[in-house]
Amino acid sequence: MTEVRPLRQHLAPGALGWLRFPDLVGKIKGEHLIYIASIVGMIVLWHVVAKTFFKPQFFPGPLLVLATAKEMIASGELFEHIGISLQRILTGFLIGSAIAAPVGLMMGSVPVVRAIFDPYAQFFRFVPSLAWLTPVVLWFGIGEISKILIIVYTTMFIVLINTMVGVAHIAPNKLHAAACLGATPFKSFLHVTLPATLPFILTGMRLAMGNSFATVVAAEMIAADSGLGYLIFNSRLWMATDKIFIGIVCLGALGLVTDRFFRYLVLRFAHQYGPIE
Amino acid sequence: MSAEFLVACDVSYQYPTRRGIQSLPVLSCLNLGLVEGEFFCLLGPSGCGKTTVLNLMAGFLRPTAGALTLSGRPIERPGADRTVVFQGDDSLFTWLRTIDNVAFGLRMRGVPKNKRHAIAREYLHLVHLDGQESKYPGELSGGMKQRVQIARVLATDPKILLMDEPFGALDAQTRGRLQDELVEIWRKTGKTIVFITHDIAEAVLLADRVGVMTRGPGAQVGAIVPVELPRPRRRGSPGFGEMWEHINTIIESEQADVS
Repeated sequence: MTEVRPLRQHLAPGALGWLRFPDLVGKIKGEHLIYIASIVGMIVLWHVVAKTFFKPQFFPGPLLVLATAKEMIASGELFEHIGISLQRILTGFLIGSAIAAPVGLMMGSVPVVRAIFDPYAQFFRFVPSLAWLTPVVLWFGIGEISKILIIVYTTMFIVLINTMVGVAHIAPNKLHAAACLGATPFKSFLHVTLPATLPFILTGMRLAMGNSFATVVAAEMIAADSGLGYLIFNSRLWMATDKIFIGIVCLGALGLVTDRFFRYLVLRFAHQYGPIE
Repeated sequence: MSAEFLVACDVSYQYPTRRGIQSLPVLSCLNLGLVEGEFFCLLGPSGCGKTTVLNLMAGFLRPTAGALTLSGRPIERPGADRTVVFQGDDSLFTWLRTIDNVAFGLRMRGVPKNKRHAIAREYLHLVHLDGQESKYPGELSGGMKQRVQIARVLATDPKILLMDEPFGALDAQTRGRLQDELVEIWRKTGKTIVFITHDIAEAVLLADRVGVMTRGPGAQVGAIVPVELPRPRRRGSPGFGEMWEHINTIIESEQADVS
């Protein structure tokens, strides 16, 4: 029972399945069938409820949404929206993580740095990005910078807090061991603190990615003429509920796919830094 | 005292005062002298300050009063001449393969990769972990993890090994095997070992000398009992039981003093 198994086998069944098609085709399990049945059932229910009780403008059914989606795909409109939103999300997410991870590491390791930044981190993480829309537009204009900044802002606090928690969770014995094996404080930071915190940073990034998808709608409320957030926000004016639904479905699907991809990358290239479930 | 190697002279330790609450001293006026190359066991009940002594020797803590010296030089900070084998397995670097855990100290010293891996392999061989180089600590059993710790400290070629109940969390069989192997490693490498335990039998099995710690607060090393049983020792060897009884009597009489 306590035999040593390769790490991959310790993962929950299906943990890698999403991106390993040979496995998926090779053994479609009961679990997968339930997933599919659940999704098909929900779409049928959606159809029945929409057809029976509501006008299409109020609550469009799946067929109408699909038809509109086809039009939007044919005109290239949909992929344009998806492309620009994805670009804003990823840029903001990467910049935010790149700022927050080092700052979080420093805050976790050096008390003075923590004392300087902690009040702001603890204060502003309660202020939603939506509250900043007007000042950000005033200061940075209505271009891409403002939209990306909004996403940077959301990403930062999640990665920052997770990184600090990670540093606080390092077993003191690891740092002691490094010290008695001859590591200077800087080397100990580089070779112990950083890798030991990496699982927490990656988890923070994964959570932040989710929030970035949620925030893109707010970001694209800033004078945008493209993007899924714009699609959702603008369709409101025309009562184009079907287009709003398309925006919603795309956000969810994109979020899911990006999350799976991120998880796949971590498991594939950084699994020694701990599973981030 | 010229032969003495690691010396603790009138060492006291007290945790820093917090929120105006004065803590009791953990150790007061502790004296101890170790001889180079000996296997020394520090024996005492839980909470008596054994680990504090080890932390002072390692340089993780500084004494509140008194001084510790190694070969005449004061111990002020952690150093690769005094490496520690910790009680649990949380000191292993889980993101490094076994071989890189063992080579960590050499890497800190700037030894090139090929050379440090070659040295690490030698020490993995010494602790019977051949073929486990590329596993991560999470894939090893408890006993194997402690072997990695032992190989890791030996690879830096320290003057002294500080071991804090290293086999405490292992099952009896694994523990017995590792005890035998440790004596073998000690014999081969000639290192000085300070081994902390609360198990009298373990101390009798391993040590050249056993230092019995008195009860805290203000603990000291009380009696020092030389164990002159021939090696290799077995729990059933002649004299083993008598030695066990002798040390147990010392511990009990001391507890009687307190109560």
